[in-house]
Amino acid sequence: MDGLWLQALLLTDSTVRLATPLVFCALAGLFSERAGVVNIALEGKMLGGAFAAAAAAAVTGSAWIGLLAGIGFACALALVHGFATITHRGEQVVSGVAINIMVAGLGPTLADAWFGQAGRIPLPGASARFAPIELPGAAALAHVPVLGSVYAEVVSGHNLLVYAAVLAVPTVAWLVGRTRFGLRLRAVGESPAAVDTAGVSVEALRYRALLVAGVLCGLAGAYLSIAQNAGFIRDMTAGKGYLALAALIFGKWRPVPAVLACLLFALADAVQVRLQGTPLPGVGTIPTQLIQAVPYLLTILLLAGFVGRAVAPRALGQPYVKER
Amino acid sequence: MPAPAVELRGITKRFGPVVANDRVDLTVQAGSIHGIIGENGAGKSTLMNILYGYYQADAGTILVDGTTRRIDRPVAAIRAGIGMVHQHFMLVEPFTVLENLLLGAEGGPLLAPGSSRLRAELARLSREYGLEVDPDARVGELPVGLQQRVEILKALCRGARVLILDEPTGVLTPQEADDLFRILAGLRDQGRTVLLITHKLREIMAITDRVSVMRGGRMVAHRETAATTREELAELMVGRKIQLRPDKRPTRPGAPVLEVRDLEVLDDRGVRRVKGVSLTVRAGEIVGIAGVAGNGQSELLEAIAGIRAPAAGEIRLAGRRLEPGAEGRQAGLGHVPEDRLRMGLVTSFAAAENVILGYQRRPDYCAAGLLRRTRIVETCARWLDRYDIRPRAPGLPAHAFSGGNQQKLVLARELEHDPSLLLVGQPTRGVDIGAIEFIHGQLVAMRDAGKALLLVSVELDEILALADRILVMFDGHLVGELAAAEAEERRIGLLMAGVGAEAA
Amino acid sequence: MGRLGRLPAWVELALLPGLNLGLALLLSGLVVILLGEDPLAAVRLLVYGAFGYGEAVGYTLFYATNFILTGLAVAIAFHAGHFNIGGEGQAYVGGLGLTLAALGLGHLPGILSIPLAVAGAALFGGLWALVPGWLYARRGSHVVITTIMMNFVAAALMTYLVVNVLIKPGQQIPESDIFAESVWLPPLAPLLAITGLDLGRAPVNLCLILALACCVGFAIFVWRSRPGYELRVAGQSEPAAVYAGIPPARVTMLAMTISGALAGLLAVNEILGSQHRLVLGFTGGYGFVGIAVALMGRNHPFGIVLAALLFGALYQGGSELAFDMPKISRDMVVVIQGLVILFAGALEHLFRPALEAVFLRPATGR
Repeated sequence: MDGLWLQALLLTDSTVRLATPLVFCALAGLFSERAGVVNIALEGKMLGGAFAAAAAAAVTGSAWIGLLAGIGFACALALVHGFATITHRGEQVVSGVAINIMVAGLGPTLADAWFGQAGRIPLPGASARFAPIELPGAAALAHVPVLGSVYAEVVSGHNLLVYAAVLAVPTVAWLVGRTRFGLRLRAVGESPAAVDTAGVSVEALRYRALLVAGVLCGLAGAYLSIAQNAGFIRDMTAGKGYLALAALIFGKWRPVPAVLACLLFALADAVQVRLQGTPLPGVGTIPTQLIQAVPYLLTILLLAGFVGRAVAPRALGQPYVKER
Repeated sequence: MPAPAVELRGITKRFGPVVANDRVDLTVQAGSIHGIIGENGAGKSTLMNILYGYYQADAGTILVDGTTRRIDRPVAAIRAGIGMVHQHFMLVEPFTVLENLLLGAEGGPLLAPGSSRLRAELARLSREYGLEVDPDARVGELPVGLQQRVEILKALCRGARVLILDEPTGVLTPQEADDLFRILAGLRDQGRTVLLITHKLREIMAITDRVSVMRGGRMVAHRETAATTREELAELMVGRKIQLRPDKRPTRPGAPVLEVRDLEVLDDRGVRRVKGVSLTVRAGEIVGIAGVAGNGQSELLEAIAGIRAPAAGEIRLAGRRLEPGAEGRQAGLGHVPEDRLRMGLVTSFAAAENVILGYQRRPDYCAAGLLRRTRIVETCARWLDRYDIRPRAPGLPAHAFSGGNQQKLVLARELEHDPSLLLVGQPTRGVDIGAIEFIHGQLVAMRDAGKALLLVSVELDEILALADRILVMFDGHLVGELAAAEAEERRIGLLMAGVGAEAA
Repeated sequence: MGRLGRLPAWVELALLPGLNLGLALLLSGLVVILLGEDPLAAVRLLVYGAFGYGEAVGYTLFYATNFILTGLAVAIAFHAGHFNIGGEGQAYVGGLGLTLAALGLGHLPGILSIPLAVAGAALFGGLWALVPGWLYARRGSHVVITTIMMNFVAAALMTYLVVNVLIKPGQQIPESDIFAESVWLPPLAPLLAITGLDLGRAPVNLCLILALACCVGFAIFVWRSRPGYELRVAGQSEPAAVYAGIPPARVTMLAMTISGALAGLLAVNEILGSQHRLVLGFTGGYGFVGIAVALMGRNHPFGIVLAALLFGALYQGGSELAFDMPKISRDMVVVIQGLVILFAGALEHLFRPALEAVFLRPATGR
């Protein structure tokens, strides 16, 4: 029983770690998609953030400067995205694909040229990385049954960015639901013309939404390269941006359900890592690839209306043109 | 004399090579209802959108209460005390009424304080002007009349002293329109100024104090409403004497061509829009269906055309039962759809490719799976000639033709395939008066050639001008039938509003 | 109100895309400077690496073949109003169909087994794309999202099959058994050697001819045939299709199937023509390049061939460049590809207002 309990704790712990970048990215997607801009570029912006964070941290030796660089680069990509989709009313999916591909090439190219490590950027020392934080009393409480062990194993011992992700969820929910910015954000994704005639600039609002999304993507990328791992490697996002997009759709474009979907997908990932070919009693060995495919299959089923129905913001994907 | 509420001087606006407003002047007295009338495309909406800051004029000045104002954005107009109710409502449908009022007038970064302030303001406005509406209702679930009320409230909550309404009655029953006019009169009596854009002479005569007429982007006349007549205004709008009704001899209808029995049709959301409709159209007659937009006429027409599968009932064409799908055209059905830009044409396609739309499987146009291009282009060229569609360029994409010429292209296609039954929806929407005369003439000629025509239009004048027999549709039911001779506007208006169905 | 004036055809079809491409290449040059290399020298090396000698030309054509096929795949879906981002997965699964046929029918003479293997690639690729097509047509799910998801599912499926099922017994490398030589698609090098052109060991093969035939077929189908007409109607306006008695659901499924089949043919070039065995990840991102190729080629086969040649040259020249200029890696080509998609696709209207100001003068009246 004790062993099983420990297994469950460890599984929960790794779920939290794996969910963190998904949560940042899904919330990023929420801002841009509720504002009416399809954000297929989450993947590229996160990868760009991971690259810039690692590069800056490697050069300066400071995790904080790395974080700022990651956020800054992701925001720069968000501005490119906005320039194409908002200012020039370009096709949103195409521009997202363009950013993803461009960044996928740019990261390794620059890493090669600047660090000479075959597309990788290793971090020089511990200060360049966000280290796990031992919460007060974790060691002392570790022996208290149930609550104590949960506190020690699951709540304590994560890096700063994990806690930031936890805080981000209620903050985003409040921002979207209770503030002027949130009201306008929700309106502009449904009816940009209503926002425009109410005297609010559709373009400025969408740029702002994309920038907030850029900050969150930067956090996700920095988490990957200077918190969870020690450095940048090529294609290190490995489809997490798309997975976050799937979670956003799965959560029907609402903050809390989207985050729950992130946790579900992360759990599938954690289970897959834990199992790795271990046969389950009565089932036999489950191929890891099957578990890897589960989030994508679930999203396909959801979109097909076999599990609930997801209704997108009405103006999603449509550039705003004053009618004439 | 106080300064005018609004004064426009020399407003000019171009869209690419098109001049939509050409040196337009306009003076609107405070505390009056001022009408602006003109045909579709005369530049009325453009002018009002400039006053509201939605578009920017290329030249000209705007004065509000006697001082020059720079109105480059809607927010500048709102600050200057100008509010606008657009033809297509600018509402966020999943939002509540209160959230819609709040949008752009939040009064601070947090929503809570603004909400309670607006709730109180809303209660006050409801009392003062009789503008009652539930603040917590979802706007998308309200009937159009109430949605329009929300639009008016939006403007008033933002402190509008000048209210612009763009074609406000298009979606209203005559009775709802009368309600609206009562509200507008109340606003005027409280000292506010109303600018009413319309192409309906009836409304100008009924409610305005003064009227300005636009034609081809220019302001052509200003009149005191009391000192003018419908006929004068109509001539000013068109620039020449016009024939409001086509020449039409009485008809002798023949055998039934279309028979519809107990038809039930659902819309895309699964709501029942046609509720047990039965009707017959005979050879050599035009049957007109009158009704306010959204009472099931569109769905009825689409079901007969085979575009929308009926939930129950049957449709017979020349005695043969029609199933949904393409076979209607084989059986001799032609269809001029209500929304030609979405349905009747592929606007990015060349005119020639559009003349086979729906008929692409005919051996005339297609052999062994391949299109017969030369033949298609020749056919198109012939029809451009016959229907005087300009420019005479079969290779030009449909979006490069004007609204009237696009409609003539659709009409040519549907008439030239010689249908025994022609379904016609809103044939003259967005079409200039010259083309309207031509289109009406063609439809009457079809009837005289012994074809059966079923006409759906929300323009009562059009129904009265064309139909031999008038059916009135309300809430999915046919609530009355009148012969053209006995039809009278007031009676039809009551039927359209669902009043006195029993008496009819 | 529609735009009354139109740009002259040469501006629309040559100048505007040319400017877009030029800007993308200009920015790529800036990246090269950022890397500390001379962009003009890089261009010289790249052009030489792509066209400088016979073998280089052969490789350029080999890559171009991939891009023609994936470009056509994206383009046919575009004409039907859909954005198929799933070319990568469809090509991957197409490789499965091809491998099953090639391994199962290796004993037959090539004249029989090769067409069947080609058909297997097209069939599997087509079916993989039919799933999102069907889901859209019957359940309304958005093709962009489902095709992306299907890419990941395809990757998982293929990894499982190659690692656990198709792997050559007794071997660790994740790849299938090599095909019988009779199924190998003949290379073009010996053929062209007769004309005196030495392609060296370049893997360009008969699939190039197949790809060009697909271009001709594409043009006839889309612009000359009735089903192509119906496909374009549905792609431009679903209500117009319904009005014209064209079932949009059927058109979507047809277009997606053709699209997937074209993507599946990538396996013919890569596997049947070059590697002769199923290898993990043989699609190498070529499915995504198809998006850039289709956008640059404006969804027309002629443009697609030109764009495919450009990208083929970038790929081939790029690897030579990476060899000669140590600071430039092969990934640079991916950057250029992204920039081309950005400027030729997402920012295609960047220069339009300026060009309209030059070529259209305002008229008075209407």
